[in-house]
Amino acid sequence: MTIQKPYDDIPGTIIFDSQQAAKGYHLNQFCISLRLAPNRDAFKADPENYIDQFPMTSDQRHAALNQDWNRLLELGGNIYYTSKLAAYHGINFQELAGLMTGKGSTAYREMMISGGRSIEGNRYQSEWDDK
Amino acid sequence: MAYISSGVACSHVPALGVASDSGISNDDYYGPIFKGFEFSKDWMAKEKPDVIFLVYNDHCTAFDARVIPTFALGCAAEYAPADEGWGPRPVPTVNGHRDLSAHIAQSLVLDSFDITIMNEMEVDHGLTVPLTMMFGQPEQWPCPVVPLAVNVVQYPAPLGSRCYALGKSIRKAIESFPENLKVCVFGTGGMSHQLQHQRAGLINSAWDERFMNLLVNEPEKGSQIEHIEYMREAGSEGIELVMWYVMRGALNDKVNEIHRFYHVPASNTAVGHLILENN
Repeated sequence: MTIQKPYDDIPGTIIFDSQQAAKGYHLNQFCISLRLAPNRDAFKADPENYIDQFPMTSDQRHAALNQDWNRLLELGGNIYYTSKLAAYHGINFQELAGLMTGKGSTAYREMMISGGRSIEGNRYQSEWDDK
Repeated sequence: MAYISSGVACSHVPALGVASDSGISNDDYYGPIFKGFEFSKDWMAKEKPDVIFLVYNDHCTAFDARVIPTFALGCAAEYAPADEGWGPRPVPTVNGHRDLSAHIAQSLVLDSFDITIMNEMEVDHGLTVPLTMMFGQPEQWPCPVVPLAVNVVQYPAPLGSRCYALGKSIRKAIESFPENLKVCVFGTGGMSHQLQHQRAGLINSAWDERFMNLLVNEPEKGSQIEHIEYMREAGSEGIELVMWYVMRGALNDKVNEIHRFYHVPASNTAVGHLILENN
């Protein structure tokens, strides 16, 4: 049976399904390791050496070391994991969303206070392609 | 015998925990949200449940990518607030109810819900933020908690219909426990929100309202909402709302809606809250 992915046409969204989870396993385990202070200290002392404990792909490693937040999700990362890497860099959830959306913190916060991103025009990839 | 008196639905946005812990819950940003829960704290003080059965999701805290149980029932004597990367929340340790947990664990499996049993588990904001919203900042939480962690991080989360059926099975389990205990069931998470990638910040208030109306008045129909609808209409993380159906399944078919509160935003999220009483 082929696994159906009816969610592939939701724009600007990477659903963390079983395939993404398998792809991102070591990347996510690296990110979540930073939940604990001794690991954060070790990463700080020698980022490249610390990250090499986790056998991820060179693309994942590069995206992690360069804080390429959307790319991390595309390469199998999940937001609850990548947000730990963000927290390590002093970036909170809302600031991270500001970065991922390309809006920046201030404009993103303003959008949320004004009611958030509207669902209109944001349901299907085709609606984004038309823009 | 034990019985279920009421249900509470409540978002568990981590920023609300931070606001409470750092003393800014009355500021212009958070004030309106905490005000919406003032009624709830008063109600809770009168309701005085003996036990809370709390449905929530862990955010890669007790469970990282190594182990992902769909339903994990807490059976421990206590649950310590976890360090989620910036130190544990300064809130009391959560006491469990081992006898009730053990009874529910056995009853659920014999009723065809093959849950995972957790004899040791730390709990994150998913569990502690709803307690803060409903009880404020007490020295000790006023009653024990039986936690049920649901996977909503890795797709697919359990179906809404399965969560609703699990709620009914939890009710059977609780009602067959010989001790006279009044139980309040919490369903947490939601409402519409997307935390990730370019569509982050999605909020769909019209959909949230319809979701709450169906949950309260037509739960059988609402429990059929498909995953694709949650993800498309309520955002990729809006799928947490399936957990409200565990709570709803544990209540009567007809309930009294005692309180409803809705607010946008808390950080990236729409906050929703309901208090339902069995009539």
